[in-house]
Amino acid sequence: MSTTTNSKKPIKELDAATVRFCGDSGDGMQLAGTQLTNTSALIGNDIATFPDFPAEIRAPRGTRAGVSGFQIHFASREIFTPGDSVDALVAMNPAALVTNLSDLVDGGILIVNKDSFTEKEFKLAAIDANPLEDGSISGFQVFEVEMTKLTRLAVAETGLSGRDADRCRNFFAMGLVFWLYNRPLDPTLRFIESKFSSKPDVAEANRSALHAGYNYGETTEAFHSHFRVDKATLQPGQYRNMMGNQALAWGLVTASVQSGCDLFYGTYPITPASDILHELSRHKSFGVRTFQAEDEIAAVTATIGAAFAGSMGVTASSGPGIALKGEAMGLAVMTELPMIVVNVQRGGPSTGLPTKTEQADLFQAIFGRNGECPMPVIAARSPADCFDVAIEAWRIATQFMIPVMVLTDGYIANGSEPWKLPNVADLPKINVKYANALQNGDEFQPYARDEYLARPWAVPGTPGLMHRIGGLEKQHITGNVSYDPLNHQKMTDIRAQKIANVAQTIPAQEVNGVEQGKVLLLSWGGTFGSCNTATNRLKEQGASVAHAHLRHLYPFPSNLGELLKQYDTVLIPELNNGQLRTLIRSEFLVDAQGLNKVQGKPFAVSEIVEAVEEILAN
Amino acid sequence: MSSDTSLPVLKSTDFASDQDVRWCPGCGDYSILAQMKKVLPQIGVPREDTVFVSGIGCSSRFPYYMNTYGIHSIHGRAPAVATGVKCARPELFVWVITGDGDALSIGGNHLMHAIRRNLDINIVLFNNQIYGLTKGQYSPTSPLGKITKSTPFGSVDNPVYPLSVAIGCEATFVARSIDVHIKHLGETLKRAAEHKGTAFVEVYQNCNVFNDGAFNYATDRNTKQDTVIEIEHGKPLIFGKDRNKGIRLNGMDPEIVELGKGISEDDLLFHDEKAPEPSLAYLLSRMRYPEFPEPIGVFRAVERPVYDERMDNQIADAIEKRGKGDLEALFTSGETWKVEAESA
Ligand SMILES: Cc1ncc(C[n+]2csc(CCOP(=O)(O)OP(=O)(O)O)c2C)c(N)n1
Ligand code: SF4
Ligand SMILES: [Mg+2]
Repeated sequence: MSTTTNSKKPIKELDAATVRFCGDSGDGMQLAGTQLTNTSALIGNDIATFPDFPAEIRAPRGTRAGVSGFQIHFASREIFTPGDSVDALVAMNPAALVTNLSDLVDGGILIVNKDSFTEKEFKLAAIDANPLEDGSISGFQVFEVEMTKLTRLAVAETGLSGRDADRCRNFFAMGLVFWLYNRPLDPTLRFIESKFSSKPDVAEANRSALHAGYNYGETTEAFHSHFRVDKATLQPGQYRNMMGNQALAWGLVTASVQSGCDLFYGTYPITPASDILHELSRHKSFGVRTFQAEDEIAAVTATIGAAFAGSMGVTASSGPGIALKGEAMGLAVMTELPMIVVNVQRGGPSTGLPTKTEQADLFQAIFGRNGECPMPVIAARSPADCFDVAIEAWRIATQFMIPVMVLTDGYIANGSEPWKLPNVADLPKINVKYANALQNGDEFQPYARDEYLARPWAVPGTPGLMHRIGGLEKQHITGNVSYDPLNHQKMTDIRAQKIANVAQTIPAQEVNGVEQGKVLLLSWGGTFGSCNTATNRLKEQGASVAHAHLRHLYPFPSNLGELLKQYDTVLIPELNNGQLRTLIRSEFLVDAQGLNKVQGKPFAVSEIVEAVEEILAN
Repeated sequence: MSSDTSLPVLKSTDFASDQDVRWCPGCGDYSILAQMKKVLPQIGVPREDTVFVSGIGCSSRFPYYMNTYGIHSIHGRAPAVATGVKCARPELFVWVITGDGDALSIGGNHLMHAIRRNLDINIVLFNNQIYGLTKGQYSPTSPLGKITKSTPFGSVDNPVYPLSVAIGCEATFVARSIDVHIKHLGETLKRAAEHKGTAFVEVYQNCNVFNDGAFNYATDRNTKQDTVIEIEHGKPLIFGKDRNKGIRLNGMDPEIVELGKGISEDDLLFHDEKAPEPSLAYLLSRMRYPEFPEPIGVFRAVERPVYDERMDNQIADAIEKRGKGDLEALFTSGETWKVEAESA
């Protein structure tokens, strides 16, 4: 697969490596990371990624606020996280260096664009001394590369100069990293070909810069050797690289096909959920209707209208938008219409940290509506898992005639991992039944119920089923407005029982590790990767530990209470102040411990390992 | 929306649901309900293809009384709910019933966007210049200085005029009628139903409990000929008991003139509901009692592309160009790679 000449330098075998590109928002670091990701996936590594970018589109150039980074972990074994620390850091300017250096392992590889280490840049980055000279990088293998100069030289023939030439620097950096980890250039060359097909000079310049970076690694004396990370032994099959938001969108499209029910997606743009809209709006040939509403309230209420009309209504947002949807979710609960509400969580409260991750909307998901207003809540654990979770949400929503809340977060929404393509023939069918027209004389009962307590989905256009629904309390069976006290009690109980019934249709909770023992790690959502990796590491050390990761948060799997009792200590790591822990304590009277962090960053595996070790030591 | 002649002809009572109507006796809402039930059989769309969507307010109870599909949603959001219904199923015949508070206070945003998108829906705003359901606070259409429960010293808010708002939002159909002017109301609802695109109808509605007589000037048998002017496409603006008064343009402004004495019909302003620019409709929407007679009828009716149809067309186009979506093709699009089974 390689277009590159065989290297004459020695190659060292590694089983995994973590690389981070960082630079100014305008330096194309996300692109560099994505290319390294795709290339690594294509050659068969397992991968996990962590893009980390500022909320501002173009924060002032050269400042710390404007630093954008992309971390990728690739391995010849199965991995679940983008890595706690970085083996190789590429820093395009001083601001990127000083804000990222602390994540580089001792003795790690540091590649800097030497040309940007000027007095002017130091001032922009608010640093007093040149970090290349003040001793702060002495513990690393440093490669000071004149990237600006070398890139300009490399692209000179294409006629590009100055700023245009400098835009190719990320390709130079990519080329160098590709050499360093012995990756083929073909996938990136193909990308350049298709992306810049209308700008042949830019395409040529990027190609030249990429090759120049690669050749620089091979020829310069500074680099004595490079590395190889072999294929991982993944399950046989066909794979692609998948991001969380894309997986969620594809899961919805798939569920639409598998249920024979049209998808209506109403939303209002918000980070980090917008990419679901961008993705779904491309899939019109699946009959997907996307509606960019005037606000989140319109998005969710249009979704209710579509659900009433017989489509599966889906809406997504992040915390602030979910807050706006609260009243309407109550209407969906009251009218008992199938819907999916997705919250791609971000740091809160209020506008919070729009581009950073957090898990602090669990209470909002379960309790954030007026009245007794239960909704099933499920959460995705990784980018590819969003696909399965979307299908599961669709299944619950239609089987029980109920809005379902799906939680993901910025970390898994923008992160990526290899996804094994499902065999289309093996995909589950979702059985959706609409109410049929009645014979003349029969009376339609919109709030009659089946064995799951679901009411019929009677869609406009069906003769004989004309009925009225709304937010006022409904009389049992007839669905007429009712203010009767006992009826309100009954309907409240039915709505609660209906949600409780969901637990009968979900698998028992499984654990990774001992079935009885000292510590159970209990987690949900995007912390899966860190918890799972920590568990495996602890198991290797012979620790008495197990890990249970919850997909279903409301209701919980039926066996959870029993399961929790099998361990001396339950430790719940969460990127919030202990929301699942509060639920577990109140539901099961278990004295669960918390490991909590709200820094806009995922857990490092080591943080979890240390927390468990501390419990084991006491 | 076409009528099927093979179906039995429906009567207005066929459109009545089995629910007791719970408006206060004497409320103007009764009359609007009666006209709606009378007009729908004439339009001929089957009941099962008809959907009434409302927000919250006295007026918004309307769907419960119609034997069609209906959804009584939440305060202010009916236009958005209707947008979802119509986008999902463009073949449905969709009505939005709303109040002055529902549409112009809490729901102002959605009203504006439904109108500018020009969905093929009909919006009927029951304007009683008061919050009925919450028992009598002033509304965005209450006149300045209005004394209500929440404004014992008179309101200090400037009102908005529903039709001016609708026109400002690029409405393609704008009309006004009056609850007790039943023939005119029926005709107006019918015109709205026939319009392709968003039809916006303001109905002056008497809340006899909290704002009784707000529109007396327009309904009083003795004064209404002088305080209301029925506008008709292509006709001059003439009013008055003796039909001897008219509206003439003086530069950019309307003025009242008396016919005869050297002024003929030809000198008057002629109504043109099809004018491409909404300036005339807007001018008419600004004519207010007591300076002017208030126009009722169709102010504007123009054809423009319809949102739900455009959405539908994009889907049809995509399917025609690329074929019906196929999961296998979706999954394998772009770069993929194979992991072979480990050979022993
Ligand atoms: C979110 C929310 N806020 C406030 C209310 C209380 N509320 C109900 S109806 C209404 C005003 C209704 O006035 P209008 O739309 O003019 O309808 P009318 O009753 O006059 O027909 C208000 C404030 C509510 N139901 N929901
Ligand atoms: S309060 Fe006014 S608007 Fe409401 S039902 Fe009574 S009369 Fe009608
Ligand atoms: Mg009102």
